[in-house]
Amino acid sequence: MFEHYLNIFITTVFIENIALSVFLGMCTFLAISKKIDAAIGLGIAVIVVCLITVPLNNLIFNYVLRDGALAWAGLPNTNLEFVELISYIGVIAAAVQILEMFLDKYVPALYNALGVFLPLITVNCAILGASLFMVEKDLMFGESVVYGLGAGFGWAMAIVILAGIREKLKYSDIPEGLKGLGATFIIVGLMSFGFMSFGGISL
Amino acid sequence: MSLSRYKEALYKPLIDENPITLQILGICSALAVTNNLTVTLVMCVALTSVCSFSNLFISLIRNHIPSSIRIIVQMTIIASLVIVVDELLKAYDYETSKKLSVFVGLIITNCIVMGRAEAFAMKEKPLLSFFDGLGNGLGYSVILIGVAAIRELFGAGTLMGYELLPLVSNGGWYMANNLLLLPPSSFIIIGLFIWAIRSYKPAQVEEDDFALSKHSTNEDLTKRELNV
Repeated sequence: MFEHYLNIFITTVFIENIALSVFLGMCTFLAISKKIDAAIGLGIAVIVVCLITVPLNNLIFNYVLRDGALAWAGLPNTNLEFVELISYIGVIAAAVQILEMFLDKYVPALYNALGVFLPLITVNCAILGASLFMVEKDLMFGESVVYGLGAGFGWAMAIVILAGIREKLKYSDIPEGLKGLGATFIIVGLMSFGFMSFGGISL
Repeated sequence: MSLSRYKEALYKPLIDENPITLQILGICSALAVTNNLTVTLVMCVALTSVCSFSNLFISLIRNHIPSSIRIIVQMTIIASLVIVVDELLKAYDYETSKKLSVFVGLIITNCIVMGRAEAFAMKEKPLLSFFDGLGNGLGYSVILIGVAAIRELFGAGTLMGYELLPLVSNGGWYMANNLLLLPPSSFIIIGLFIWAIRSYKPAQVEEDDFALSKHSTNEDLTKRELNV
């Protein structure tokens, strides 16, 4: 049992890394990776939000939306899958809002460190993507917890690595037009090729 | 309002303020769906229509949205539009819809749509916002179609499924570059696009985070030594 969960975790972190293999959450990934500190803050926020929303959406999918899932309420023929997207994004927006209030009240240090990144996470496609992949993979509740953790952790790891490389590159002599965004794109491309080498591993 | 503002809203995002290469918006889908021109075109049409109509509707009700819950209201409008597009696609082009997998759903969190709603549609009149959405959708499409054309032509020797460069494996002369079919190559192509655009429009070049001090000459060094 433990091995099965470990497998899911390793697969999501390395082989199906949500940033470098599936390319989700790229906008924030490229925009907020200039400094390692900011990258770590954002990474932690993504891990927490993923860990909360993926299992929550899993429960919603399995007990409300899925074909025949409403049998417990006496509606065995209802299929609400078409409102999938809107309910997931609602859950994510609400979870982010609640997390923000919770941190503001009980962990002000972390709240200040995360600052503006927290509300931004609502529109980070890594989060919604993780929920959608969870549905596609048809995970059980326990698996979805591990999957959420792995997805968030993989994304956080990737952004911290990228921020490290960008800090190192600060003083290098890059052609005018390629400075900043252009160079970042190419670095991410190369990193992503690197991560493809995990692709052959089967666990 | 004069015609020129509409023109500006429509044309500016094409190159001058391109959502992908300058505003860093909507990149996720740009990477994953560009290995085949047909799929890319479907994605571009989907995004452009969602973007222009969400701008239109949000702008229509902009004076009635309380600012504290505006994000949720915008999200609801965008999500409803995306559901419509998703269902239409599933009904009429199931094959492509399968290939796009989660990326149609992810238009909801595509920051072009959200960003334009927040930055433009909340302030401007409905029709103008519609054109802004259309322009940004087209700006996104220009880059995506460019990337997809390069990847499909040189990666598989075809365009929209028609063979243009006969492959060696089919008795032709062209040895396909399989690297281009891998998703990471689109990063590198977009990086090169950015380079090209910024060489053409130097105003977009980013400032350095630091400034080099002036090169010190022998004369300066002797002066400094004398002062000490």
